[in-house]
Amino acid sequence: MLYSDKVMDHFTNPRNVGEIPDANGVGMVGNAKCGDIMQMFLKIENDVIVDVKFKTFGCGAAIATSSMATELIKGVTVEEALKLTNAAVMEALDGLPPVKVHCSVLAEQAIRAALSDYYRRQGIDPVPIVGEIKEEEEHEMEE
Amino acid sequence: MDKRIIYADNAATTKISEKALAAMLPWYTENFGNPSSIYGRARTARRGIEAARETVAKALGAAKPNEIYFTSGGTESDDWAIKGAAALQTTKKHIVISGIEHHAISETAHSLERFGFEVTELPVDSCGLVSVESLEKAMRPDTFLVSIMLANNEIGTIQPIKELCAVAKAHGALFHTDAVQAVGHIPVNVQELGVDMLSLSSHKFHGPQGVGAMYIRSGVRIANLIDGGGQERRRRSGTENVAAIVGMATALEEQTADWSRLPKLEALRDRLIKGLLEIPYTQQTGHPTRRLPTNASVVINGIEGEGIILGLDNCGIQASSGSACTSGSLDPSHVLLGIGLEHAVAHGSLRLSFGEETTEEDIDYIIASTKQVVERLRSMSPVWDSVNNKPLK
Repeated sequence: MLYSDKVMDHFTNPRNVGEIPDANGVGMVGNAKCGDIMQMFLKIENDVIVDVKFKTFGCGAAIATSSMATELIKGVTVEEALKLTNAAVMEALDGLPPVKVHCSVLAEQAIRAALSDYYRRQGIDPVPIVGEIKEEEEHEMEE
Repeated sequence: MDKRIIYADNAATTKISEKALAAMLPWYTENFGNPSSIYGRARTARRGIEAARETVAKALGAAKPNEIYFTSGGTESDDWAIKGAAALQTTKKHIVISGIEHHAISETAHSLERFGFEVTELPVDSCGLVSVESLEKAMRPDTFLVSIMLANNEIGTIQPIKELCAVAKAHGALFHTDAVQAVGHIPVNVQELGVDMLSLSSHKFHGPQGVGAMYIRSGVRIANLIDGGGQERRRRSGTENVAAIVGMATALEEQTADWSRLPKLEALRDRLIKGLLEIPYTQQTGHPTRRLPTNASVVINGIEGEGIILGLDNCGIQASSGSACTSGSLDPSHVLLGIGLEHAVAHGSLRLSFGEETTEEDIDYIIASTKQVVERLRSMSPVWDSVNNKPLK
């Protein structure tokens, strides 16, 4: 298994680690049994993600994909963030080994979970917009 | 803290000894004859193999050199022992192994199930020990083979092979032990243990990769795994890997000549384990005393093993983990689950297998680096309370 230099860089120097105390969208996905948990904190103003932070328990790829995902949605509109796919995260990292693809799926899910929370806080049902998100549950590995 | 480069993954493979490497070269450049040919150069190669066989037999305490068969490594030896024993069975169909065997044993044993064989995996206790009582209970009239590893590759636990072997014998079954992690690291004597078969692998004790051996006690019959030109007294065909065989014997002789290094290694190991246990919410895996002298293994709560391995690699330390992410599946290793760890805990596994060249300063550097890496990973974890330094749940 070989990680790209970008994965190693984002593992060694992850961007946007931490919490946002006054976040208005927080989501957590994954579970400890599988060995990956990601938590995303979003600060959204006028439909723009002005700040994003993450906390991740997991392997090198889990940390790198969380880090890259935050980079990709920082400063973009909620609408654009909803379009972020795991494939885009992987591409930005110059690829992932097949057994680690599920980490990028988890990163996408973590952002969607935080966006769902953002909608819920405004009294909007997120399901029609964001879709169903399994928060902190078993996720299947995709290869 | 000045950066050091420390190889602490000797359970995966070891650096070849200079003496072994030097001993190998002439067999490539001068004495390269096929040992099965009849001219002088070939006869020299033949003599080289037979001298190596004597050396290996002596190192293992075998009754005679002819009980040693050279193979391509530990996996081949393990496969041969199990498939070779099974192939000769007419009425018996039951194999007993432990639940923490290397995949070379467990996968091979289970592969025979499609031919009607049955496999029982013995449970281990929280230290990784197989009990004599559980083996006694598992034995059936149709049990023909028991295979239990001498020392575990992940947690270092050393099994009571002599006692387990006696149980198998009392029930008329053959006893094989995968001694890949033990040979060259602790004294191993096949006659004292009483085993019928024993597997070993050269690259685990500073010999070259791609070569190993199997001890098969005189009188023990198993079918061939590899048929062909009839080398190794018709039991293992294929032109002998002469240079590697000589290199392996040289390394084994070197490693087993003097055991006075063991107390020093055990002291280093205990220093390492003690230092790692200073990390809150960390526990040792494997047996506290019945363990390989160079194996320190722990599980660290709140982090994932691969993260530690990559973090330590950035510090110049090469180590290993039994976490899911390093195994390529969603499950942590069967060994860690076998000793009763929960998935979430087993994910934080770290194995350090240092070597004879490791110093006290290296050990202290490993401890300090691990603490640093763990602290960083925990500070990033959504399930860790960094303020109070404990798990959130």
